[in-house]
Parts: sequence; C-alpha cells; structure tokens
Amino acid sequence: MANSQQAPEKRVKFWNDPEKRAVLFQILAVLAVAGFFYYIVNNALTNMEQRGITTGFGFLDKTAGFGIIQSLVEYSEQSTFGKTFLVGLLNTVLVSFIGIILATILGFIVGVARLSHNWLISKLATIYIETFRNIPLLLQIFFWYFAVLRTLPSPKQSLNLNDSVFLNIRGLYLPSPQFADGFGWVVGAFVAAIVVVVGLVHFERKRQRETGLTFPLFVPSILLLVGLPTVVFFLMGSPLSWEYPALKGFNFRGGMTIIPEFMALLTALTIYTAAFIAEVVRSGIEAVPKGQTEAASALGLPFGLRLRKVVIPQAMRVIIPPLTNQYLNLTKNSSLATAIGYPDLVSVFAGTTLNQTGQAIEIIFMTMSVYLFLSLTTSFIMNWYNKRVALVER
Amino acid sequence: MAIHTPKPSLPAPSNMVGVVGWMRQNLFSSPLNALLTLVGAYIAFNLIYWAVDWAFINADWGGESRDACTSEGACWTFISVRLNQFIYGFYPEALHWRVNVVFFLLAATLLALAVDRVPKKNWIAIWALIGFPVVAYYLLHGGSWGLETVDTHQWGGLMLTLVLALVGIVASLPLGVLLALGRRSHMPIIRSISIVYIEFWRGVPLITVLFMASVMLPLFMSAGAETDKLMRALIGITMFQAAYMAEVVRGGLQAIPKGQYEAAEALGLSYWKSMGLIILPQALKLMIPGIVNTFIALFKDTSLVLIIGLFDLLAIVQSALADPAWLGFSVEG
Repeated sequence: MANSQQAPEKRVKFWNDPEKRAVLFQILAVLAVAGFFYYIVNNALTNMEQRGITTGFGFLDKTAGFGIIQSLVEYSEQSTFGKTFLVGLLNTVLVSFIGIILATILGFIVGVARLSHNWLISKLATIYIETFRNIPLLLQIFFWYFAVLRTLPSPKQSLNLNDSVFLNIRGLYLPSPQFADGFGWVVGAFVAAIVVVVGLVHFERKRQRETGLTFPLFVPSILLLVGLPTVVFFLMGSPLSWEYPALKGFNFRGGMTIIPEFMALLTALTIYTAAFIAEVVRSGIEAVPKGQTEAASALGLPFGLRLRKVVIPQAMRVIIPPLTNQYLNLTKNSSLATAIGYPDLVSVFAGTTLNQTGQAIEIIFMTMSVYLFLSLTTSFIMNWYNKRVALVER
Repeated sequence: MAIHTPKPSLPAPSNMVGVVGWMRQNLFSSPLNALLTLVGAYIAFNLIYWAVDWAFINADWGGESRDACTSEGACWTFISVRLNQFIYGFYPEALHWRVNVVFFLLAATLLALAVDRVPKKNWIAIWALIGFPVVAYYLLHGGSWGLETVDTHQWGGLMLTLVLALVGIVASLPLGVLLALGRRSHMPIIRSISIVYIEFWRGVPLITVLFMASVMLPLFMSAGAETDKLMRALIGITMFQAAYMAEVVRGGLQAIPKGQYEAAEALGLSYWKSMGLIILPQALKLMIPGIVNTFIALFKDTSLVLIIGLFDLLAIVQSALADPAWLGFSVEG
C-alpha cells in the first residue's frame, strides 16, 4: 500500500515538476542576463582602454569652452560641463512646460470643436487632427524652422506690432518687465488672495454639506484674485516699467529675445501634441453616457452646473491617464530640438559635450536617467491618481 | 362599419428638409453657431484658395533647373529633378532595378496577403516573414550570385525609410511577444526582468536610443565585430520598438477570458502549446489595430535616424534643400 502511494511521487522527474522547473528557468535567466552584462561591460572596458578613454564623472568639473545661445542660468564659455548639463536640462524643462500648457489649451478647444454640432467647425477640427497627427514631428519642426521662421525678414524690415513687439529672422523681440522696489508687495497680495479663495472654497463646501445652502463663489473669487493685486499695485505707485527693444545698428537691443529655434520647436510640439490631446478629450467626453446629462437636467441643474458637477468629473477620469501620457510624449519629443539646434539636454549634453569629451557611457547614462526619472515619476503619480479616482464597485 | 383611414402625413416644413434644412440644423442653429460657421468658412476658404493657387495654378512643372521657376507659386521642378534621389538615396543609378524589384515584390506580397481570394495564405505569410527579407537583403546589399555589393552607406531616401520601418516592425514583434509573456509569467524573476526592460525603453526618447546605438554599441561589441551604421540603428530601433510592442501584446493577452487559459490547462497542454495553439492566435487577432498603430508611429519615427547621419527620406530632402543651386524651396520639399 505504502508503495503504491509513493510511487507516482517518485516517478515525477524534477524537470516535470512545474515549481522546480520554474526555479531552474529563473536561475538560467539570471545567469543569461548576468552573462550578457558581464560580456558588454568587459568589452566596454577593454575597448575604452584601447582607445584611451578615461571613465568616471570627473569630466563634469572641466571647463566646457563653448557657448550656448539660450540659458536660464548664468552660463559662459568658462563654465563647467556640469553647468552645461544643468543649462540643457533647464532648457528642456522650459520648452516642455510651456508646450504642455499651450498644447492642453489648444487640444481642449479642438477636442470640443470636433464634438460641436456645427458641421463646418467639427469638420475643420477633424482635418486639423488628422493632418497634424500623421505628419512626422521632425518634419513639422523643420517646416516651422526652415519654411516659416527662416523666411522672415531681416531685422531692419522686421514685422512690427505697436513698436514694442518685433518679429524677424533673428527671433521674437518682446518688451521685458522691469520690477521696481515694492513689486514684492503686489506678488504678496496675489498670494494672499489665493489663500483667501482656497479658504472660501473650503468654507463653501463645508456649509453646503451641513446646511445645503450654496454661496456664490465665482464672482468674489475673481474680484479677489484680480482686484487685490491691482489695488496694491496702484497703492505702491505702479512699481513696474517696460523696457522696449529698439533697433540699434544691425540688431535689436534691450527687451526680451525669444530665439527662433525655441519658437519653431514650441510651435511644432504644441500643434502636434494638441492634435493627440484633442482626441483624448473627445474620447473622454464621449465616454460619459448620455443618460448622465439627461439625469442631471432632470434634477433641474442648469447647464453650467451640469457640466461642472456631472459631465467633467466623469470625463476627467477617462481623460487624465492618456493626457499624462501625452505630456510625457511631449517631454520626450522635445529631444528632437537637437535637429534644429535648440540647446536642450540632448543637443548640448549628448551632442556637443559628448563630442568634446568622448565619455559616451557616462553621458548617455545621465541623459537617459533624466528622461527615465521624469517618465517613472509621472507614471507613478498617474497610477496613484488612477487608484484614487477609479470607480469603486459595490 | 367605416374603416378609419388616417390622412397621409403632411410633408415636413420646407425649411426643415433638403439643403436649407440641413444648413439650418448643422450650420446656423444659433447665433453663436452662425458666427462660428462664418468665421470658419472664411478661414477655410482662404486657406484652400491660397493652397490651390500656390500648388497648382501659379506653379511651374517642367524644366531642368531653377531658371524654369518664374511664377509666384510652387516650383515642382525641384521635386521632379531630385525625385530619383529622394527614392533611392545614393544607390548607384545603374542598379536601381534591384530596388525596384524589391519594391515590386513587397507590393505583390502585401497585395496577396490583403486580397481575400488568394489561396494558401499560410505559405504567403511564411514567405513574407522569412523568404522575403532574405531575398530583399541579397537584392539590396548584393555580394553574392554575381550581384555587385552596395554598401549600406549608399542606401537612402524612401527606400531606407521602408527598410528601417519594415525591419523594425518584423524584428520587434517576436521579441515583443516574448517580453509580454514574460511580464505575465508567474515566475517573479522573469517577470521583473521583463518589466525593467519594458519600462526602461519606454521611458527614454528614441533619439537617446539612437545616440546610444551609434556611440555605445561599438564599445559593447568585442573587438573585430564591427557593425555598420545602419545595423546599429536597426538594433536600437528594434530594442526600443519591442518594448512598445510588448505592451500592445500584453493588452491583447489580457483581453482573453480566463476560461481560455483554464481550458487549455485542463486539456493538459504544456505552457508553450497552450500559448501557441490557444491564447496567442486569439490574442493576435485582437492586437492587429494596436500593431498597426505602433507601425505607423515607427514609420514616422524613422525620420529621426537623420540625427545619427543616415539619409532617410526626410534627410535626403533636407540635404537637397541645402544645395546652393536650389536654395529656398523648403516648402515644396
């Protein structure tokens, strides 16, 4: 008896036992990966030794010796490669940040326009989306840079708006604000207004939960946000003046300059990403069942409340995850800047710095880490948000 | 007993049907809508008028040099003179027939796959995935059967774009399937390796991948195993694309009901058999739209190879624009 019970146990060879086999496979996989990395690291070390490339991050302290046409922080040819990295990173962040804001606004407008009952408007929106989604981004960047901005007139014949804004082949010249003493108070007043409005919103929510009474929020908030800083601004004696760009010699001096590379990249990124965002918005709004709108109007909610309290919260649940994806794509796509010479991270660091130092592994590693860090952080936040707003089924 | 016969219903009011009715409903349903329509129509009319005027009415078609371009509009002469280069890159002119044969074979294969009535689909698919790439490689690159070798640095234009996109998609699909299966595996180590791989490649821009392929791959290879620029770009694109493909495949796998997995197990099929015979055939059908999307994205992304110095369609046009004889035709290009 005992024999027959044990017999089938014994007959199972270890390679037929799923659990043991799984362990074996995993050990093999680890060995393969480790072997692969050993192989490439070993090769890399030998190759670098042969070519006389030093390793390590010491190069970051060396003098870069090249200029960058746009930088948000103090930068000169005597700065270090570490500073170059920082300048590139900030330029990437700048173009991505402004691009995200503009693309969101444009994308929402086009997305809503595509759902419009007006036949012409919705067709125009469709044409916009289908055109710009299907042309490679690089081509669009080239189009804006070479075909549009490079054909602008020279500084002497620049397009002129009210003698304060100039557009020419060298870039867009804007008046720059000059802050006098006391402007800090205006900023302070604005911050105070925000704090008060946030407090008001909390108060309104609480009162509505307890008593059911509503409190008109919109008008007082706008008055506070706009009025308070304006009053302080005039009380302090208008501590703000504008410095206008003026044509001196062959170029403009003074004011703010936006370089054409930045404009081309920003325009292309905005228009390209907005087409995708428009589709995301459309799918989000279409995902809210019609019954929801009808139920809301049956409850007697006016149009604005219906949108704010019923449709938009449900649409946002569908919109936010793919929207975050688009933001991420925009950030990654901003690396195409290198094709037209906008000094972003890839261009100044993985391009120029790499050519000058030859430290391929460290530089590519650092560049990739930046993008990887951005991506992983974003997807982490997105997952957290998703969990928070996901429908809890009872 | 009188039978009640209803009167025939009146026709709809004349302003609710026909062109007028359609316009009232779709274009002028409210003052705001009417305004939007008028503004939209004005913009659309101007754009179309300008584009047609520029591209057809005021355009120049013939001629051999820029002197032929006299009118205000487009100068298509530029395109027609350069067309060969745009398609074949720097491929030797006498050997263009080899590229043409490959184009023809590709078109014929795709047509045979797409038309329903063609029999023996399996054999055609096998030919498309295994036979065609080999034949295409020998035709394009040459080096045997008396064909002259054409180095990959002479490839370019539309042909190179197609090579990059097709190789990228065909090579990344099996890798993507393996990664997706790994990500859904019950073995923790296999799963984490797959997750790390996928998240890593999806988190970095393609440009940095191409940079990496062109500057770091030579360091990773053992000495002597030199690969050319095109090969390195292809490796980079394939690695990158496989991660995206894996997520598409995973989506397909997740859409298969659990009962199918359990049924396969109940039949006593091994893992590979249940995947190959039951799960993947069903999942692949669901994945086709996703795969097509990835393919389109890849096709657009191939334009990035110009940054590492390969001359695909966009790069060729770009370099043609820099030719001093033809400055100032970026819009046509």
